[in-house]
Amino acid sequence: MKNRSLVSIDDFSTEEILRILDLTEEFEREPTKKLLEGKVIATLFFEPSTRTRLSFESAISRLGGKIIGFSDSSSSSVSKGETLNDTIRMVDKYCDLIVMRHPIEGSARYASEISTVPVINAGDGANQHPTQTLLDLYSIRKTQGTLDNLNIFMVGDLKYGRTVHSLMMAMSRWNTTFNFIAPEELKMPDEFKLYLENLGLKYYEHNDFTDIISKADIIYMTRVQKERFSDPIEYEKVKNVYVLRNSMLKNTKPNMRILHPLPRVNEIHTDVDNNPKAYYFEQALNGVYTRQAILCSLLGIIKERTEL
Amino acid sequence: MKETKQMSVSAIQDGTVIDHVPARNLFKVIQILGLDRIDNQITFGTNLESKKLGRKAIIKISGVFFEDEDINRIALVAPDAKLNIIKDYEVVEKKVVVVPDNIVGIAKCMNPKCITNFESVTTRFKVVSKKNVSLKCHYCEKITTQENMQII
Repeated sequence: MKNRSLVSIDDFSTEEILRILDLTEEFEREPTKKLLEGKVIATLFFEPSTRTRLSFESAISRLGGKIIGFSDSSSSSVSKGETLNDTIRMVDKYCDLIVMRHPIEGSARYASEISTVPVINAGDGANQHPTQTLLDLYSIRKTQGTLDNLNIFMVGDLKYGRTVHSLMMAMSRWNTTFNFIAPEELKMPDEFKLYLENLGLKYYEHNDFTDIISKADIIYMTRVQKERFSDPIEYEKVKNVYVLRNSMLKNTKPNMRILHPLPRVNEIHTDVDNNPKAYYFEQALNGVYTRQAILCSLLGIIKERTEL
Repeated sequence: MKETKQMSVSAIQDGTVIDHVPARNLFKVIQILGLDRIDNQITFGTNLESKKLGRKAIIKISGVFFEDEDINRIALVAPDAKLNIIKDYEVVEKKVVVVPDNIVGIAKCMNPKCITNFESVTTRFKVVSKKNVSLKCHYCEKITTQENMQII
């Protein structure tokens, strides 16, 4: 994987994904080895994303790497009218790897083609966010002991949520059964259902968030965003329907875990937080280890230091 | 019928005749094949009657023989085009246009938020459906369907 970029989860074969997950396990055991000492990583955040940026910067800092970059394009040359092409051609001279978040779709693929150093896509508009997908896969495998034959419930905004789309596509490699719970306006788009049908995978759609969740191995919650609704009354109707409460977890499977990409608003009631089935904060921590594994793989550091 | 055609656009000795081009896309075909930038003799006729297309165009290019790869680039705008390869006033070979697997630099991505609509990036698509042509953008991964397709 040395010197490759990570733009879309489809860039990696199943074998390569599993290798990243195995490596993530190693970093979870030992997250502070100074593997990135002497390396400079650029974190270019053309739009703010506090969680993703902090996670990357924590991953880099714990491995002894140095960080250059910006957290908002208003403080960068973009505000002076510089093209992405020029920014990348300059920054790649200053660093060993670029982590980039950009509001324009396809910008990460474009940057990876210009850049002389590997590029990690930390989100390009509504398109891809592969490190989120990898940390989700890691969290699923860690809590379930396997990725095979699981029953995954996805709840909330399934229409616009790129996180659920990427995770669904990735999990389809392991014979997953999917249950989609969403209001009519935010249903899983047909193209993704067609994708599952072509693979011969089972999926079920529900409008109501009921005790059907007793079958779940994983419940993946997402935020229902107000700005997605053209009619504010429709939003008011659904916003309290897709809320997970502690009382709903009584009959769920013992192995079941609740994931959420964060930030959460009200879709998981705070009374769930202390339930051992709540896993979203650990999931965020797993993001640090996953990003360490990805950084070291793309920089080719792991091969050089086989003792890890 | 054949006579009419010959009167409209005179015959060539050696070269390529591209027939059954939709009249409205004549200049797009010329542009895609770079015919506006070569010194060869070219004659064309447009708004000719066609049972199949309604109004068609025909292009005759002297002394040029296209590679299949080049000619397939016009598939998006002239999917029914037929090529006659002419040697010494005789048709020596007939070719049809095949939709290629990849389209580079011809179509515009319909996603207004795609990087190719912001910076000077050559568009690249994977053809995901050849029948009713639909293209998947190499950059933003969104699908551009035939009815939304714009030629650059």
